Amino acid sequence: MTDTPLLEVKKLNKSFGPVQVLRDVDFSAYAGQVTALVGDNGAGKSTLVKCLGGIYSIDSGDYFFDGKPVTVHGPRDAAALGLEIVYQDLALCDNLDIVQNMFLGREIKSGLVLDDISMEQKAAETLAGLSVRTVKSVRQHVSSLSGGQRQTVAIAKAVLWNNRVVVLDEPTAALGVAQTAQVLELVRRLADNGLAVVLISHNMNDVFAVADRIAALFLGQMAAEVRASDVTHSQVVELITAGRSGDLGLRQNGAAA
Amino acid sequence: MTVSTVPPEEKAAAGRPVTLGSYVSGYFGKVRGGDMGALPAISGLIVLVIVFSIARPVFFSKANFANLLTQGAAVTIIAMGLVFVLLLGEIDLSAGFASGVCAAVLATLLTTHGYPWYVAVLGAIVTGVVIGLVLGTLVAKLGIPSFVVTLAAFLAFQGAVLLLIKGGTIIAVDDPTIKKINFDGRFTPVQGWILFAVTVLGLLAVHLWKRRGRAKRGLAVEPMSVIALRVGSVAVLLGVAVYVLNLERGRNVLFSQKGVPMVVLIIGVFLLLWTFVLGRTAYGRHVYAVGGNKEAARRAGINVDAIRISVFVICSGMAAIGGIIAASRAASVDPNTGGSNVLLYAVGAAVIGGTSLFGGKGRVLDAVLGGAVVAVIENGMGLLGYESGVKFIVTGVVLLLAASVDALSRRRAAAAGLS
Repeated sequence: MTDTPLLEVKKLNKSFGPVQVLRDVDFSAYAGQVTALVGDNGAGKSTLVKCLGGIYSIDSGDYFFDGKPVTVHGPRDAAALGLEIVYQDLALCDNLDIVQNMFLGREIKSGLVLDDISMEQKAAETLAGLSVRTVKSVRQHVSSLSGGQRQTVAIAKAVLWNNRVVVLDEPTAALGVAQTAQVLELVRRLADNGLAVVLISHNMNDVFAVADRIAALFLGQMAAEVRASDVTHSQVVELITAGRSGDLGLRQNGAAA
Repeated sequence: MTVSTVPPEEKAAAGRPVTLGSYVSGYFGKVRGGDMGALPAISGLIVLVIVFSIARPVFFSKANFANLLTQGAAVTIIAMGLVFVLLLGEIDLSAGFASGVCAAVLATLLTTHGYPWYVAVLGAIVTGVVIGLVLGTLVAKLGIPSFVVTLAAFLAFQGAVLLLIKGGTIIAVDDPTIKKINFDGRFTPVQGWILFAVTVLGLLAVHLWKRRGRAKRGLAVEPMSVIALRVGSVAVLLGVAVYVLNLERGRNVLFSQKGVPMVVLIIGVFLLLWTFVLGRTAYGRHVYAVGGNKEAARRAGINVDAIRISVFVICSGMAAIGGIIAASRAASVDPNTGGSNVLLYAVGAAVIGGTSLFGGKGRVLDAVLGGAVVAVIENGMGLLGYESGVKFIVTGVVLLLAASVDALSRRRAAAAGLS
C-alpha cells in the first residue's frame, strides 16, 4: 500500500441544521487503487462525496491532498486540485457527439475558432489509452450510445483533464451484465493508470470485483476502512447494516475500532 | 486516433465511412434513424415547384423566380434568428411584430425626422437588440416561460407599431439606399458571376482545407468524390440561378430588370456568418449544449443564462434586419408590417427546414431551405388565384406537417438510441 494517501480527510463533520450527517469521518484514497465507498441509503455516502467535491462546505475537519492540507470552498477548488466526480445522471448532451461532450465548456480553440481536429485527436487518444473498444467512432452522437458506452464517455471525460482523483457515483446502477463488466474493467484500468478512484456502489459483486480497499459508512460514521482482500462478502454486509462485524467496525459505544 | 480504437472487424461497419458508397449508405442509415436533415424540405420544394409549374406555367418564369427571392427574403432572415431560439427549445412569438416595430422605427427616423439611412438602419437594429435583451432577461432571469413572455410582447409590439406610425397611416420609405436592399437593387451580370465564383471557390477551399488538416493528423477524411459531389451540386444550382437571374426579365424595354437581387447577398452573408458562429465557435457549441441538456451545460461551466439571453438578442436583432428588408420591399411601412402571417411563416420556415421544436437540433441553412418552401407555397397559391384564407390554412397545415415530422423523427431517434 502506498504510504501517503492522495486524498485524505480526517474528523470530517457535516450537519444540515440539527441533523448531523457525517460524524468524525476519516476517509482516504490512494493513487493507483480503487477505494469502494459502501453504505446503506442515508449512511452519508453522497454527502461525503459532495464535501470532497466542494459542493457542500464542511463544518469541521481536515482535508489533505497529496499529504498537504488544503481548503476546498467550491467545485472549482476541487477541480483545480484534480478531483472530478462522475455523477449517476451522467451530465452528457445527447445532441452532441463524443468529442464535443468530452470537451464541453473546455473547448480547445485557435483564436476564435474551435480546433476540432485537435479535440478529436485527443479524445481518441484518451479512449485508446483506456483501451476502450466499445465505441466505434468518436464522432458518434451520444444519443446513439448504450448506457455502458455513455458511462464510458463520462468516465473518459473525467480522465481527459489529467485528473488525479475520480469519484464514480454508482456507475453500474442502470447497466446490464455485459455493460457492467465493461465499465468495471474501465474502472480498474483507471486505477492501473495511476489515478485514485473512489467507487460508490451498492453492489457487493462490483465492489469485490475491482476494489482494493473498502470504506464502509454506517449512519454517518466510518465503520471501517479495510483492504478488500482482508474481508469477506458477509463481513462487508454486516459493516453496512450493523456498523460492526466481529472485531471490525464500530464498538458498542460508537467509537471506531 | 479513431482507427486505433476500432478493432478491424468493426471497422467495416463503423460509423465513419471512407468511400462514396459507404458514405451514401451511412446517410441513409442516418435518415432511417430519424435524422432526416434537409431531406423533407428539399423533396417538398421539388414537389411544390413541379406541381405549381404544371398548374400555372407562369410560376416557372424567370420573372417569378426573382420575385420569389425578394418575397421570401424577410421571412428567411427572421427565421434565421428564430433558429437560435428554437435551438434552446424556446420560442419567440413576437419576432414578427418585433420586425414591424423596427421597420416603423426605421421609417419614422427616415421620413418623419429626416435622418440619413445609416442612422435609421442603426436605430432599427439597436431597437431589435434592446427588445431581445428585455425578452431574454425576462425568460432567463425571471423564469417566465418564453411562450408567455413573447406572447405578451406580440400584443404589445402590435400596439407599438400602431403608435409609432400614428394610428394606421402608411409611411413611405423613399430613401434610395434602403430601396436598393430589396426593391430595385440588383447586381450587374458580371458582378453576379463574380459572387458566384467567390462562393463556389470559397466552399471548395473550406472543404479542402479541412480535409488537409485532418489528413495531416491521420484522422479519417471525406473521400474526394463526396467533396466534389457536394461542391459540384451547389455550383450547378447557384450557376443556374445566377444565369436565369441575369436574363432580362423586364417587360418594358425602358426599365431593364436583370441581375441578382441584392437581398440575395444579404441572405448569403448572414447564412455564412451564423453557420460559422454555430458550427465553429465555442459560443455555438454552447448553444447546442444548452439546447440538448441544460444541466449538463451548467455542470460544464457554461453560463446558461447568458446563452439564453443571447439567443433572444440574435433573434430580435435578425427580426430588425428582416423588418428593414420588408420595409425596403414595400417601400413603405404600415400597421401590418411584420404582422399577420410573418411570424407563422418564419417559424414554419425554420421547422420545415429541419430545426427541431424540442431544441438542440437545427442549422441556419434550415431557415433558407424552409424559407424557400414557404415562399413557393405563398407565391404559387397566389398565382393559382386562391384567396388568402386558403393560403393561411395550407401554410398552417404545412407547419403542422413539419412539426409532426419533427416529433416522429425524434421518437424514432430515441428508439434507435436504445437499440
